[in-house]
Amino acid sequence: MEILMSILAGLLFTAGIYLLLQRQLLKIIFGTALLSHGAHLLILTMGKLNRGDPPILTEGIDQYTDPLPQALILTSIVISFGVTSFLLVLAYRAYKTNKTDNLEQLRGSDND
Amino acid sequence: MTNLIILPILLPLIAGTLFVFWRKRLPFVRTGAQIVSIMNLLLTTFIMYKVIQDGTIILETGGWIAPYGIILVGDLLSVSLLVATNIIAVAAAFYAPYTLDQGREEHYFYTFFLMLIAGVSGAFLTGDIFNLFVFFEVLLMASYGMIVLGGTRQQLRESIKYVLLNLFSSILFVTTVSFLYSVTGTVNMAQLSERVGQVNQDGILTTIAILFFVVFATKGALFPLYFWMPHAYAKPPAVISALFGALLTKVGIYSILRVFTLIFNGNVDYTHTFFIILAGFTLIFGVVGAMSTNNIKLIIAYNIIPAIGFMIMGVGIFTEGSLAGSVYYLLHDMIIKGALFMLVGAVAIVAGTSDLRKISGLIKQYPLLGWLFFIATLTLAGLPPFSGFIGKLLLLKGAFENGHYVIGAVGLITSLLILVSVMRIFLNGFWGESMTLPTKTRSIRPLYFPITFLLIFSVVLGIGAEWFLPHIQQIGVDLMDPSIYVDTILKE
Repeated sequence: MEILMSILAGLLFTAGIYLLLQRQLLKIIFGTALLSHGAHLLILTMGKLNRGDPPILTEGIDQYTDPLPQALILTSIVISFGVTSFLLVLAYRAYKTNKTDNLEQLRGSDND
Repeated sequence: MTNLIILPILLPLIAGTLFVFWRKRLPFVRTGAQIVSIMNLLLTTFIMYKVIQDGTIILETGGWIAPYGIILVGDLLSVSLLVATNIIAVAAAFYAPYTLDQGREEHYFYTFFLMLIAGVSGAFLTGDIFNLFVFFEVLLMASYGMIVLGGTRQQLRESIKYVLLNLFSSILFVTTVSFLYSVTGTVNMAQLSERVGQVNQDGILTTIAILFFVVFATKGALFPLYFWMPHAYAKPPAVISALFGALLTKVGIYSILRVFTLIFNGNVDYTHTFFIILAGFTLIFGVVGAMSTNNIKLIIAYNIIPAIGFMIMGVGIFTEGSLAGSVYYLLHDMIIKGALFMLVGAVAIVAGTSDLRKISGLIKQYPLLGWLFFIATLTLAGLPPFSGFIGKLLLLKGAFENGHYVIGAVGLITSLLILVSVMRIFLNGFWGESMTLPTKTRSIRPLYFPITFLLIFSVVLGIGAEWFLPHIQQIGVDLMDPSIYVDTILKE
């Protein structure tokens, strides 16, 4: 199961990096979204996946899931959610103001 | 008493949130931000006094004992950086009302500003590596808000690159934290420091160490990951540039200092030689950038890079003296970069342009501005008796005593070139033919106060070195011996 998840995370990373290297702004944003999904899967996998075990440790329970990755993933999801929505608005504004969503054309000289 | 340590985060956070509701009542919000930043400065100074008196303050939030819960650690290094941060904050709070236009101020500048301070303080104080990521995000979100504030074409253009790059490095940060967690089973820095020695997986740990380095080097604008920085920092208004130049990259450097002395200190030969090489390139490329442009704001922004080279050089040499040098240089550089960006902002206001070729002879009309700039220049270049000198002295002494002659020589030459690059502003801009100034400029008299305020600290840090040096050398000793940090936190 861990290996499968790692491969999945790797695929997400690959696709994300591929999209990051595009010129169109929206594709790049999708790339960052995929990358963060890959990172979240990776966090979950790193705490070892146990099917059906609760993330609670009380007396009499010796099979449990590590709760820490779940706490970390939650924080990380919230952050990437916020940043992605900000980035979408920013991209829209930049497109409106600069009249292009092509990163190649978003260059400037030193003294402007 | 231990709850005191959370106040430097909480105070700006609450004030910033409240200011959202009064955005149209500018005089109130302005004074509010000024009062909050002064209170915060007094508070952190008091905390520093307590830490010097009684030793490290630890707050275990929610009563969870050390390796399990979230902890805040105020040791001498974090607390002195906090004080420096709040010195910048006070200066920025008094500089902002006279340089920003009403639109920017009304659109939550003060909220972003206070959030930024909260995030930076949190990053300095946190005791676990995942919370370092969280506070990085807090300060980055505030900086995203600030960098697009106003929404001019150039700002939007540069901010996209800035946001994308920081987002990418943040994702890499989380990924690396999760790798580290899978190898060691903890995110608490003190416990990490213990476990990294025990797990016996040098290959994986070195890989993780280098990944962390890539993340922090991106945030700290180190060679070859500095390309996004100068333009992004130079485009927003002066006060925002000052905050960015003084605080943001420095958090990256603090993280490198912390992580590579506390956690990844096993494979020093490999990682720290790597640092020295990168420090050399950072010094050279930063200075070349600073020499290459005629935009005064860009010159100062490029000058951030060699300063970071100096600090990384100290981490690379890895002795008590050189680490103390890095910390001293870090404190000095925070203050002087804030002051320089503010000075350059004032020059741009009186001259009406930031193109150096169009500015000349300002010293006749603005003698005080000229002399303040001159002092700042000397401080930046590290001439005695100003504060840059002592940090550089410690670093270069460390380099030559430990046989790193090449980096020492590079450091000396770049110091000279830094002086040349900033002196160009002074020679072209302040001397020479008196230019006809644009008639409708704002008065810059209120700007002298925050600039002088920062420069006083800079001079005191240099002249009062005898008083500061023992504490900073103590930080160097603490950094070289991670067991001090670990024992204070885990108390075993």
